[in-house]
Amino acid sequence: MNLLKRILGLVWIALAIAAAYFCIFTFGLPKFASGKQDDLVFGIIILFILTPLIVLGLGTFGYYALMGDYDDNK
Amino acid sequence: MSATSTKGIWKVISASSMGTMIEWYDFYIFGSLAVVISTKFFPADNPTAAFLATLATFAVGFVVRPFGALFFGRLGDLIGRKYTFMVTLLLMGGATFLIGCIPSYETIGFMAPVLVLILRMLQGLALGGEYGGAATYVAEHAPVGQRGYWTSWIQTTATVGLFISLMVILATRSILTPEQFDLWGWRVPFWISIVMVGVSYLIRKNMDESPVFAKAKSEGNTSTNPLKESFGNRYNLKFVLLALFGATMGQGVVWYTGQFYAMSFMKTVMAIDSSQVDTLLGIALVMGTPFFIVFGWLSDKIGRKYIMMGGLLCAILLYRPIYKQMYETTNVNNKTEIVANTKIVPALKENSKQTMDSIYTTNKEYTDGTTLVEVKTVYLEDGTAVLVDGKPKMDTKTTININWDDKWALILLIFIQVIFVTMVYGPIAAFLVEMFPAKIRYTSMSLPYHVGNGIFGGLLPAISTYLVINGKDNGDPEFYLEGLWYPIIIAAVCFAVGMIYIKNKDLKNTHI
Repeated sequence: MNLLKRILGLVWIALAIAAAYFCIFTFGLPKFASGKQDDLVFGIIILFILTPLIVLGLGTFGYYALMGDYDDNK
Repeated sequence: MSATSTKGIWKVISASSMGTMIEWYDFYIFGSLAVVISTKFFPADNPTAAFLATLATFAVGFVVRPFGALFFGRLGDLIGRKYTFMVTLLLMGGATFLIGCIPSYETIGFMAPVLVLILRMLQGLALGGEYGGAATYVAEHAPVGQRGYWTSWIQTTATVGLFISLMVILATRSILTPEQFDLWGWRVPFWISIVMVGVSYLIRKNMDESPVFAKAKSEGNTSTNPLKESFGNRYNLKFVLLALFGATMGQGVVWYTGQFYAMSFMKTVMAIDSSQVDTLLGIALVMGTPFFIVFGWLSDKIGRKYIMMGGLLCAILLYRPIYKQMYETTNVNNKTEIVANTKIVPALKENSKQTMDSIYTTNKEYTDGTTLVEVKTVYLEDGTAVLVDGKPKMDTKTTININWDDKWALILLIFIQVIFVTMVYGPIAAFLVEMFPAKIRYTSMSLPYHVGNGIFGGLLPAISTYLVINGKDNGDPEFYLEGLWYPIIIAAVCFAVGMIYIKNKDLKNTHI
């Protein structure tokens, strides 16, 4: 189980990177170009709140998992 | 009171739950009266005011709540749970009351939307601080092995707060004439808040500090820097991240899907009459609310993990079939129209530019009792149709009134979703409390809760709407189900993290 937890750490890191790509290029930046104010606020929140949260949060979680911080004996 | 005694626990529950319910009431009346508020403070023809309106809606849900969690969580771990959640109560009540006192945009100009925005942000801060305090306070009074049951009462407050807000608004509307309500009556629900907060303050004032915190303080075991110990300490941070990605993130999206997305789906995608939707949702919530207690109690017996993960798994597997069934229930293409009863009434209506628009109202009846009203507006200028891309500019608004068989079918389908909500939400307060040590508990549990709910849950309507529109533009025949991918994916990641990394604790021996 500990080995699985560690290997999945890589998956969480990869997921964080993929989520960053979609947040920036699919949800975030296109909203800035739409010209609508609702979209602007939505874009700001996606880019400056959700993206850092997922990238840093899920990335750190994945790193900790990879390093064995979530092993059963810890 | 000893943490292992049940004496006086009801007093603790009622004092805590009442305050938290009032905070939810305060939070919801702004949303429930959003249409009136926007006409008074945020005129749509003024772009800056409209921008402030969007900010007032988004800022509170997504940005301010986690900051409130940090600010008040730190205070709660430094000076105590009781005093902190009394401050959040007063802050919320004061802000709500003052929103009801602000002169309109017509009277004081831009100061009006600016003041509303500031007060709305204060509401968000207070809400961010309240939940963690109430959950921690109740859990630290609850006997070992019963924390899930007792804290689940706190979990019902958000739903009850929504009900009370709707009831107060409904009562105010029924007492006053529509003109009176529009002129000043909409302020009454805001003013009532100060009375409820006053009563709740007096009740909470006479409560004792949490026994766990009082003991830690008397022994000098409280934290001197809760933020640093919560998020700067790798050992604790890993649990904060686990709480977020393995529990609250999924709980947030399941909560928002079951209560808010279901409502929006019925109103906008299925085009059901708004008052019918409110009634259906209300009945489903009343039926589902007791299950917060049931699953809180059950989590004391079999553990928190498998109930929460069960709720997530049900949501992942069943959301698409449930929403497909909801859509098909009222899809008029599946019904037989009584063609002889169809009526089309043309009319002219003056628009905001003092010219006339052409309105065509079509009434249709179906053999099962369903009725449909379609209002088609063709925009005119100087008597001729306004053209956009060579076609007449027009809007079509459809409203469907459904029969009682369909109503009960929808109530059942919403009720099932509410059950998923109660499975993931009922035990979560106890789960979070048990995850962190007393000296940094308020700070550590509040942040993942409000990030999970405020950000991952709060973004659901915007992201899901985007996915639906995208699916429609791409010609997907099941475009109306596309919005569900967001909660399904988030819940699936959360389920995987939770199943693999969260341990099911032996609760009979878990002291906090």
